[in-house]
Amino acid sequence: MTLLHTVNKSPFESNTFDTCLGYALDGSTVLLIEDGVYAATTGTSAAEKIKNASGVTFAVLGPDLQARGLEGKLADGIKVVDYEGFVNLVAEHDSVQSWL
Amino acid sequence: MKISIQVNEGPYQHQASDTAYQFTKAALAAGHEIFRVFFYHDGVNNATRLAVPPQDDRNIAKQWSELSKENDLDLVVCIAAAQRRGIMDADEAKRQGLDADNLIEGFRISGLGQLIEAGVESDRLVVFGA
Amino acid sequence: MSVKKFMYVNRKAPYGTIYALESLEVVLIGAAFDQDVSLAFIGDGVYELTKGQNTDAIGQKNFSPVYAALGDYDVNKIYVEKESLEERGLTLDDLQHLVWEDEDEDWAEKDSIRLVSRAELAAVMAEQDICLSF
Repeated sequence: MTLLHTVNKSPFESNTFDTCLGYALDGSTVLLIEDGVYAATTGTSAAEKIKNASGVTFAVLGPDLQARGLEGKLADGIKVVDYEGFVNLVAEHDSVQSWL
Repeated sequence: MKISIQVNEGPYQHQASDTAYQFTKAALAAGHEIFRVFFYHDGVNNATRLAVPPQDDRNIAKQWSELSKENDLDLVVCIAAAQRRGIMDADEAKRQGLDADNLIEGFRISGLGQLIEAGVESDRLVVFGA
Repeated sequence: MSVKKFMYVNRKAPYGTIYALESLEVVLIGAAFDQDVSLAFIGDGVYELTKGQNTDAIGQKNFSPVYAALGDYDVNKIYVEKESLEERGLTLDDLQHLVWEDEDEDWAEKDSIRLVSRAELAAVMAEQDICLSF
């Protein structure tokens, strides 16, 4: 079974992003939404952790990046999806774990 | 696919309700069936008909109400959470001897079992919270 | 009704917010649906299970006794993440001793709490049909 994980907290505000990484097994996807998109920005320890989590696919919700003025700061290797893409991710994975 | 959604936070305070709303719209546009949207914790406050947000900003309760009516959605507000927070439909208000009700059109109040049932009957359940 | 694997993920401490209490209320109502239920306590969620909670002075209802009743509701797979306990300077002894009675073994009393590593709990989580977070 593959899980879609979502993270909606900034990695600087809480440990939710780190906790999620501890639970994201190879083959799963982590989707960063709302304030969670800050983990997708360059020059952060979060971006380093994303690079090192090689078996996991990372995606970020484009509308939340745009809202926060971060489009120019997106780290490499992270797919940008819109709400339609979010829905597709939910359908493609067997189950969803929302890390709140 | 049959998708159900859980909304744990109230309008404006957290982005949860907004994201859930956008997700629900996208799922409908993609042809999925929304089995139920279940509002829990402060999420019940999305169902108030007494909100008067600034004119130049979104009206979250109305958005959900309209989406519900246009798409015949089942928007359920948890009765236990609603009673705690003062969200009432006319029947519940009468039962409790209260002089007012405030549930906006397009929502209904029901028990927590509706959330579990949504999980059992749907292909996916997505939680939005804080 | 088909049987699905439901996991209730608890990551928040009690009393500071309502999530712990209202999550428990879902578990109790959900018990009537005869699904395959697990509870996971991760991060600050482990604090929900500590012994000796006394809420008199803060004016809130002490709901910790409800955890002890879970066994009677056939909720007996209670996963506690080992790393979270250790980070918080806690051991199993600091938590309530939760039990259930196995009717297949002459009502023998068994422990409901399963102390597991993050890796083990991640594997259990990956098998779930529904993950509920609060």
